[in-house]
Amino acid sequence: MADVKMQSIYKQFGDTEVIHGVDLEVKDNEFVVFVGPSGCGKSTLLRLIAGLEDVTSGEIEIDGTQVNFLPPAKRGIAMVFQSYALYPHMNVYQNMSFGLKLAKTDKQIVDQKVREAAEVLQITELLERKPKELSGGQRQRVAIGRAIVRDPKVFLFDEPLSNLDAKLRVQMRIELTKLHRELNATMIYVTHDQVEAMTMADKIVVLRDGYVEQVGAPLDLYHNPANLFVAGFIGSPSMNFMDGKISGISEKAVEFEIDQKLKIKIPCSPGDNATTGNIVRFGVRPEHLELTGEENAKLRGEVFAVERLGGETYLYLRTEGDKELTVHSPGDKMVHEGDQVSIGFSPDTCHLFDNQGQVFDKLAA
Amino acid sequence: MIIRKPKSLTFGKVFNHLALLALVLLWITPTIGLLISSFRDKEQLAYTGWWTALSTSEQNAWGRTGTAEDQVKKDGKFLISGTILTSNEKTILTYNTNFKNLSAYKSGESMIFKDGSLFTLESDGKYEWISQKPFTHKRGKRIFYVAEVPPMFSLDNYREVLASENVGQSFVNTFTVTIPATIIPIMIAAFAAYAFAWMEFPGRQFLFVCVVGLLVVPLQMSLIPLLTMYNKIGAFFGTEGKSYLGIWLAHTGFGLPLAIYLLRNYMGSLPRDIIESARIDGASHFQIFTKLVLPLSVPALASFCIFQFLWVWNDLLVALVFLGKQDDQIVLTSKLRELLGSRGDNWEILTSSAFISIIVPLFVFFALQRYFVRGLVTGSVKA
Repeated sequence: MADVKMQSIYKQFGDTEVIHGVDLEVKDNEFVVFVGPSGCGKSTLLRLIAGLEDVTSGEIEIDGTQVNFLPPAKRGIAMVFQSYALYPHMNVYQNMSFGLKLAKTDKQIVDQKVREAAEVLQITELLERKPKELSGGQRQRVAIGRAIVRDPKVFLFDEPLSNLDAKLRVQMRIELTKLHRELNATMIYVTHDQVEAMTMADKIVVLRDGYVEQVGAPLDLYHNPANLFVAGFIGSPSMNFMDGKISGISEKAVEFEIDQKLKIKIPCSPGDNATTGNIVRFGVRPEHLELTGEENAKLRGEVFAVERLGGETYLYLRTEGDKELTVHSPGDKMVHEGDQVSIGFSPDTCHLFDNQGQVFDKLAA
Repeated sequence: MIIRKPKSLTFGKVFNHLALLALVLLWITPTIGLLISSFRDKEQLAYTGWWTALSTSEQNAWGRTGTAEDQVKKDGKFLISGTILTSNEKTILTYNTNFKNLSAYKSGESMIFKDGSLFTLESDGKYEWISQKPFTHKRGKRIFYVAEVPPMFSLDNYREVLASENVGQSFVNTFTVTIPATIIPIMIAAFAAYAFAWMEFPGRQFLFVCVVGLLVVPLQMSLIPLLTMYNKIGAFFGTEGKSYLGIWLAHTGFGLPLAIYLLRNYMGSLPRDIIESARIDGASHFQIFTKLVLPLSVPALASFCIFQFLWVWNDLLVALVFLGKQDDQIVLTSKLRELLGSRGDNWEILTSSAFISIIVPLFVFFALQRYFVRGLVTGSVKA
């Protein structure tokens, strides 16, 4: 098992630069998830590590060895593709043993490894089948099995679950996490699904347009997003944002007003960018908004849509300033479309971003 | 459960089906005619069309009676008897002594000649000719008749063609040309197509465009310069001008552009993930080619195989230019053309040799057809 280091990685396709200087360290035995909207470069980054694409400049190290110029097979990695990429004319056993056979591994060892991997993935009874006789979930297991038998230092997953149906995806998510524990392997996982990122990762790397926006543990990103993009990307449904103007700055808080009516004071360190009169963006997650009585109301609005899921309720409302807000509230709330509601929240749970989109750092508790 | 409504028969659908039927008939009728004709008796073939092959046909013919030498004296009268038919498959319906009114006498009826003699022809061709005076004629009298002939099929035509007309040898020659001329271009093209599809090298696009450009070079135009060039190079190495090697190379050259084009397009459409997965598994280009791309390209290989095989099999022009006309080099098409010249009236020879040249392509087509399975890559990647 091994760590992966990337230093100022650049990648160009022709004249288009798609990765603009990524520095990243993946520690031994870590489960790292690259997440971002489509076209953000997360798959490209993974393919650079795999060696399917060559870096334009920069350095990739796997287990202390520079691998920039090594072919994929020599890098000690295994990759699982979104499309499974099984060899259609071979049965499951042949699919899994293909790499080992090419490496001229002893037959008995091959057999032993394939059967072990099949055991772990519970596909032993499928070994004689052809890929077309398997269901989507089984195919994905075979693809993972093919990776396992190669004993890689690093597992690479390229959106492996996005072709599965919702139920299977949840199940495979749990199994992959379990597999990570059992194999004690370094895994790098690419997805556009932030739920997968939140549930599986030790560390999430949020990418946008070829830049790393933030790196951190899932809950760290959730509670302390570094900028507007991460704040909006992590969390579902996404954070509510409202524009305001700074009306006062103190050492430990920034006060701002929305529509010249509502003044909110948020405890945070103002830093150098805060100037009175500057536009700021204020963000609060749907689950931190709560329905309150009139006396605690900070915002008021008219409900225009309600989603009841039984255990939880999502309210969509339009505020007096004609802004849309999402409120997540536990339980089955008796609120109907067209109702006027009052919303309260605690300033501690809010995030404030400057006009560059960077967050005002929270004060250490 | 979904219950499907029976589809209504619209005008368009009916028209489509009828048009299809008409096209199919238009195409297969001549072939069937050829096939049937090739099995028919050569005399029947000359008189009636193949569509009458299954019914008994009426035939006008004539035969001679015996001469005065054949007469015997019986009960004070003179008698000539015998049969006017050479084979016993015909049934005589009517007869006469001239061909103007063939239906004058039914078989079994008697006719009286001017000299008073009595002539009776039975339906099986036996006749009796009775006269009071002795016969004196030296040539037998001609009897014209209408006979019914039952359908006759045999392999005689094939036997004749294969044995005596040397079609058998040219059949073997054609195989000698066709098999290498199919296999060589496929082997070269498969490698080239893989390189064009999956290996990155400078000028790849340009070279591929060149290959596609070669598709439009007309064979007829390049044939003679090619032969000259081949002869010069051949003279340098001391080989004969007209040899099998020459025609293999010529067919390879003319077949390659299409082969590369077809195979590259097919190989290029294989899922990229599979190839990349193999690269991660440590496969070299050669291993990817032999273990993945070739087995997955079988439908494309088979279809090109059929193309090339048919084209070479049916080729006359290249064979005329690159091969001689002696028995050990003449190909089937060339042989057929020769037969058309020398034996143009002998339909039985032409039809059966034509069918000998058709039968192999048909066999090849049906043998390779099972490789045209759709979705060879099912299950490999999510569609």
